[in-house]
Amino acid sequence: MAHSGINVLFEGRNLIRLFGGLWTTVEIAAVALVLGLILGVILGVLRTFPNRLLRLVLRLYLEFFRIVPTVVLLFLFYYILPKQLGVNMPANQVATLVFALWTAAEMSDIVRGALISVPKHQRESGMAIGLNRLQLYRYVLIPQAVSLELPATINLVTRVIKTTSLLMLISVMDVINVGQQVVEANNQKYPTGVFWVYGIIFVMYFAIDYPLSWWAKRMDKKRLERANG
Amino acid sequence: MAKQVIKVEHLEKYYQKDHILHDINFSIDQGEVVALLGPSGSGKSTLIRCLNGLEPYQNGTVTFNGDQVVPTEKNWQKLRQKIGMVFQSYDLFPNLTVLDNILLGPVKVQKQSRETAKAAAEKLLDQVGLREYENVYPRQLSGGQKQRIAIVRALALNPELMLFDEVTASLDPEMVRGVLNIISKLAQDSDMTMIVVTHEMNFAQQIADRVLFLEDGKILEQTKGDQFFKQPQTDRAKEFLESMDF
Amino acid sequence: MSSWQIIQQSLPLFEKGFVLTLWLSFLGIIGSIIVGLICSLLKYFRVPVLSQIAAVYVEISRNTPLLVQLFFLYYAFPVFGFKLNAELCGIIGLIFLGGSYMAEGFNGGFDGVAKTQVETGKAIGLSRIQLARYVVFPQGFTLSVPALAANIIFLIKETSIFTVIAIPELTNTALDLIGMYYRSNEYLLVLVIGYAIILIPLSIILTLLEKRVRYGAFGN
Repeated sequence: MAHSGINVLFEGRNLIRLFGGLWTTVEIAAVALVLGLILGVILGVLRTFPNRLLRLVLRLYLEFFRIVPTVVLLFLFYYILPKQLGVNMPANQVATLVFALWTAAEMSDIVRGALISVPKHQRESGMAIGLNRLQLYRYVLIPQAVSLELPATINLVTRVIKTTSLLMLISVMDVINVGQQVVEANNQKYPTGVFWVYGIIFVMYFAIDYPLSWWAKRMDKKRLERANG
Repeated sequence: MAKQVIKVEHLEKYYQKDHILHDINFSIDQGEVVALLGPSGSGKSTLIRCLNGLEPYQNGTVTFNGDQVVPTEKNWQKLRQKIGMVFQSYDLFPNLTVLDNILLGPVKVQKQSRETAKAAAEKLLDQVGLREYENVYPRQLSGGQKQRIAIVRALALNPELMLFDEVTASLDPEMVRGVLNIISKLAQDSDMTMIVVTHEMNFAQQIADRVLFLEDGKILEQTKGDQFFKQPQTDRAKEFLESMDF
Repeated sequence: MSSWQIIQQSLPLFEKGFVLTLWLSFLGIIGSIIVGLICSLLKYFRVPVLSQIAAVYVEISRNTPLLVQLFFLYYAFPVFGFKLNAELCGIIGLIFLGGSYMAEGFNGGFDGVAKTQVETGKAIGLSRIQLARYVVFPQGFTLSVPALAANIIFLIKETSIFTVIAIPELTNTALDLIGMYYRSNEYLLVLVIGYAIILIPLSIILTLLEKRVRYGAFGN
């Protein structure tokens, strides 16, 4: 019977396994985000410094991560780290590293964009009262940039979470990989089970990302209203 | 007796919980020039925007040419052809040339032929001394020139009432006079009915037949122009004039 | 065999993958722009029912990964009798994803048109449709160009995910070759160069286009 396929979710430990896979996904995303956002802020600040060489290097770093698709990045690190650099990391850690570096690249551009859009006279007024560069960033530029960049940062978070769907490609036991196994193991008994398994994974991603993007959108809208008076 | 162009009765405006306009009543006859004065935040701009439907009001009525306005978007859209408005930010459409900015209303809204409308537009451009700019884009104009074009754009619809909302407030000082001269000339030569919100007291004194003085969303006094500047009736208006160095 | 020979021998296969990536991207981008524009117009004109449907679609599409969308199309739908070949699934999936991104891009542009411009338009008596045609759309399209350009790049990169349903595009070609010959360095190098050949010139062209369009409409 076609519609009884939903029972595949309640068969044995299937549902628990799926949530276990989701936990792996969330864990990797969370660690990568924390590391990547911190590194991204630092790189973003550095990109507003006058040193040209530094700016060029960081720009190239960004462009590399922008141009190479994330799938390809994952495989690059997955194959090249152990082979060329002799670093043997479990796939989970490789993925975390890739996502962190990618997040940092994107974040550095968000931070830089927000910092340079703080009006010039704010920077000058800060210098005029004798703040040094660190103080200028700490008390004047970064606080103002944060409110500008927050929606973009949240959107970046949702992108990273969506991109974790690629984990299965390098054999991480994420929610999709677990899902595939569940589908295969139950294919005989529940021929329509595939619909429900991928259906619940679909819902899981939506349930995590939708509230975040709703929040970002609301902030953007409020800012637009303020800007328009 | 002159024809009454616009009449406002018991107008009330709220913005969320804030009471912006309180029981506004006045009427304006054909050819009359009324200056709307008052301190910042007194509700002048809000009031003038209510008069062409850009701000909704919660109570009271606006009557235009003897017909009470039923305040739907559709009705306002029709009326706006007869009520020209010029804004502080001039807002020429950057994607259109000067001439196309001016012709948009007459040709698309009023369905005049392009030739007729163009002839009329060029005449108006001559009057403001900008005929040679008809094919340039707004970005090539100075603020004062843009504002003059914005006035022409509003006049091109042949309105019966003109609303000027702080039209010189974002101009450099040396541009102000040119724009004000055009408005003065319009008042003298064409018998245009006008409501002017401004902070230029000399200008207001020069053109206003009558002054409405607003504070905190209330009309505190309505006085003949020459009298208001010499002998305002209320202390608040006196203080206001003093604060404006008048 | 030397690395160079390995690469040379693989080039015909990569060329096929390259062409397929370009072709699928092209169709996906065109489809996404059409779907996105329709959704955005439905929203702008507040078309009853349809605009709500479009809004729900946009949220679902934007907040789920392409990979899961593809799995759904390719593995889950056939159980109910909708069997599509992989390429078609890929294009439909990409348009399903890209449509919402493009819709958001257009929306952002239309919303970004200054409120004072809209008011001035109203003040000269323009109707809602005239306002859209002469004021909001010309300026809004210009404002949305950077977002659309970013989406184009994004969608091209997303085609790499097609590898999961075994479409022989660039990434899939590389992974297959690695699986067969274990020469990951060489094949990954070609793969990265393949994307660079598409994306570097394209992003330069798009940046120039952004500047031109912007100057055309706003003069700065």
